[in-house]
Amino acid sequence: MTTIDHGALLDTQHMIPDIDAFKTSRSTAKARARKDQIMRVLFTATFVVATIPLVSLLWTTVANGAKRLNVGFLTHNMTGVIGGNPTVVGGYGGVLHAIIGTLEITLGAMAISIPIGVMCAVYLIEYAKDGRLAKTIRLLVDVMSGIPSIVAGLFALSLFAIVCGPGTFNGVEGSVALALLMLPTVCKSSEEMLRIVPNELREASLALGVTKQRTITKVVLRTALPGIVSGSILAVARVIGETAPLLMTAGYIVSTNVNLFSGQMTTLPVYVYQEYSKLTANCPPNAGASCVTTIPMERAWSAALVLIVIVLVLNLIGRLVAKICSVSTER
Amino acid sequence: MTSTTRTSERHNDALRRANGAMADRLFKGAAYGSGLLILGLLAAVAVFLLMRAWPAVAGPRSATQEVIASFTGGRFDSFVHYVGPLLFGSVLVAALALAIAFFVSIGIAIFISQYAPRRLAAGLNTVVDLLAAIPSVVYGLWGALVLVPATYPFWDWTAQHLGWIPLFAGPAANPPRTVATVALVLAVMILPIITSMTRDVFMQAPWLHQEAALALGATKWETIKLAVLPFGRSGIISASMLGLGRALGETMAVLMILSPGFGYSFNLLEASKDQTIAANIAAQYAEANNLGVSVLIATGLVLFAITFGVNYAARRLTRKATL
Repeated sequence: MTTIDHGALLDTQHMIPDIDAFKTSRSTAKARARKDQIMRVLFTATFVVATIPLVSLLWTTVANGAKRLNVGFLTHNMTGVIGGNPTVVGGYGGVLHAIIGTLEITLGAMAISIPIGVMCAVYLIEYAKDGRLAKTIRLLVDVMSGIPSIVAGLFALSLFAIVCGPGTFNGVEGSVALALLMLPTVCKSSEEMLRIVPNELREASLALGVTKQRTITKVVLRTALPGIVSGSILAVARVIGETAPLLMTAGYIVSTNVNLFSGQMTTLPVYVYQEYSKLTANCPPNAGASCVTTIPMERAWSAALVLIVIVLVLNLIGRLVAKICSVSTER
Repeated sequence: MTSTTRTSERHNDALRRANGAMADRLFKGAAYGSGLLILGLLAAVAVFLLMRAWPAVAGPRSATQEVIASFTGGRFDSFVHYVGPLLFGSVLVAALALAIAFFVSIGIAIFISQYAPRRLAAGLNTVVDLLAAIPSVVYGLWGALVLVPATYPFWDWTAQHLGWIPLFAGPAANPPRTVATVALVLAVMILPIITSMTRDVFMQAPWLHQEAALALGATKWETIKLAVLPFGRSGIISASMLGLGRALGETMAVLMILSPGFGYSFNLLEASKDQTIAANIAAQYAEANNLGVSVLIATGLVLFAITFGVNYAARRLTRKATL
């Protein structure tokens, strides 16, 4: 910018402002345009930078994971897997037990966190409105969503160690840890859904003499149901890939355990980690070509692919439910 | 006859009303209970961690020293000396990740909210959501098996040409299972959090201010600088703090990529120098005895306190901004 000469700018005798002094010179206009262009390119570039890891991650997972991903991988557990040798029943082990464990533990977490989360949202919207307590709870729900997953795992571990004695490993312990991580998400999304239920519906129901409890369950929650379902599915998608809390609560075994309440249970993310930390498998010197030393990594990639597919499908379902069943609030 | 039916009807009616009132009260109680449970849950987390960590805090000192010495190969024997380097490592990695992710996420947020046409913006939001949805263990796997070998030439080049900066003092470790690589992965992981939050804030920037700036002849960038960024300042800060909180607590990616060590080292390109609290818990947990678990939970309590503080500050900031 050129410095403005105040004498020339405002002629004191005639009081005629010199408009020309405000005129941008060609060089400054050009510089500003150039800067604008540079920033535009930079902003676009940041976006490209962010897609590189995503594309690389998805590509390598699909490319490496597809190698061992077949029906046998999905229908066998890891019993009878020794070194890099194929098992007696054929194939190189699989993730059946991990899929069962993941499903059961996640269902357990849903059974704990969804009722509490939804009821908490009901309390915040229908009963507390904007009281002091409600404000504190809202703030704490927000803060809770930032708890590190490993701390949730330590919490479940401590709780069960105090109640059932130290060294307890079982599926429901993992469910408690995951429930703690899901709860804030469920509560927050349900709260938002209850908030957009039109007030006229509540008033109409109450005016007919319906009790508050029935108004909430039959009218408010019914109206908000698609939103709550989609919010819960997204919350599940968030915790289904958690590893650290399950590593220390649900443990890891090679066989299938369907009892949520006793014994260790393998989940998919923990399976990925355990296979990764094996690095390579041993093959005896006289083993044939069927013995694969790199099999643990290949299994890890395949399990990671299964996990990603599950998470993405859950995300997709959650979004579709929200889109298809959403109640139009204005009419 | 008619009078009896009427009385029974009236009786039923009263009964139903009493039932309704009962259900009403029960439901209200359940709702209140859930609300209070949330309130108590955070306290419960702290209390249970403290109870389980108590033997390490208040138990016989010699036993605790022995456990810590076994964790660190005899390097330290007091809890403060043990948790110090871990805390340093956590903060170092998280701060680096934030430093990398900050500009990129704000750039993306501005791109989505200001530059991209609506159609494209929806697609870009999906990409950001996808980044957020990928489990941390997959990030760890990808980081350890793809990113670690792929970034070695770059770190080597950095060490050779920028080695005079103490941070990048070489030689670069090969394979680079270092703080620098871990920070890169964590940056990718916290990117969606910061992006989605700042994007929402930028979307709310008042249109009138932007139009006023444009009407005065400002370029697009000048409009952003004048009317969008100042409006979103507190949002940017709180989003970064949330990202920092997430990076502080991230376990798997660090555990799978970093080669750990117990020191206070700023040498980002050297392996076996630092370790984080979260990854250390996961790494030592399997082999720890009862008292060892107590020591690890005590370190977890430190992590909990710090992330709680960071998150609390961030949320207070947003509350203030939105009110």
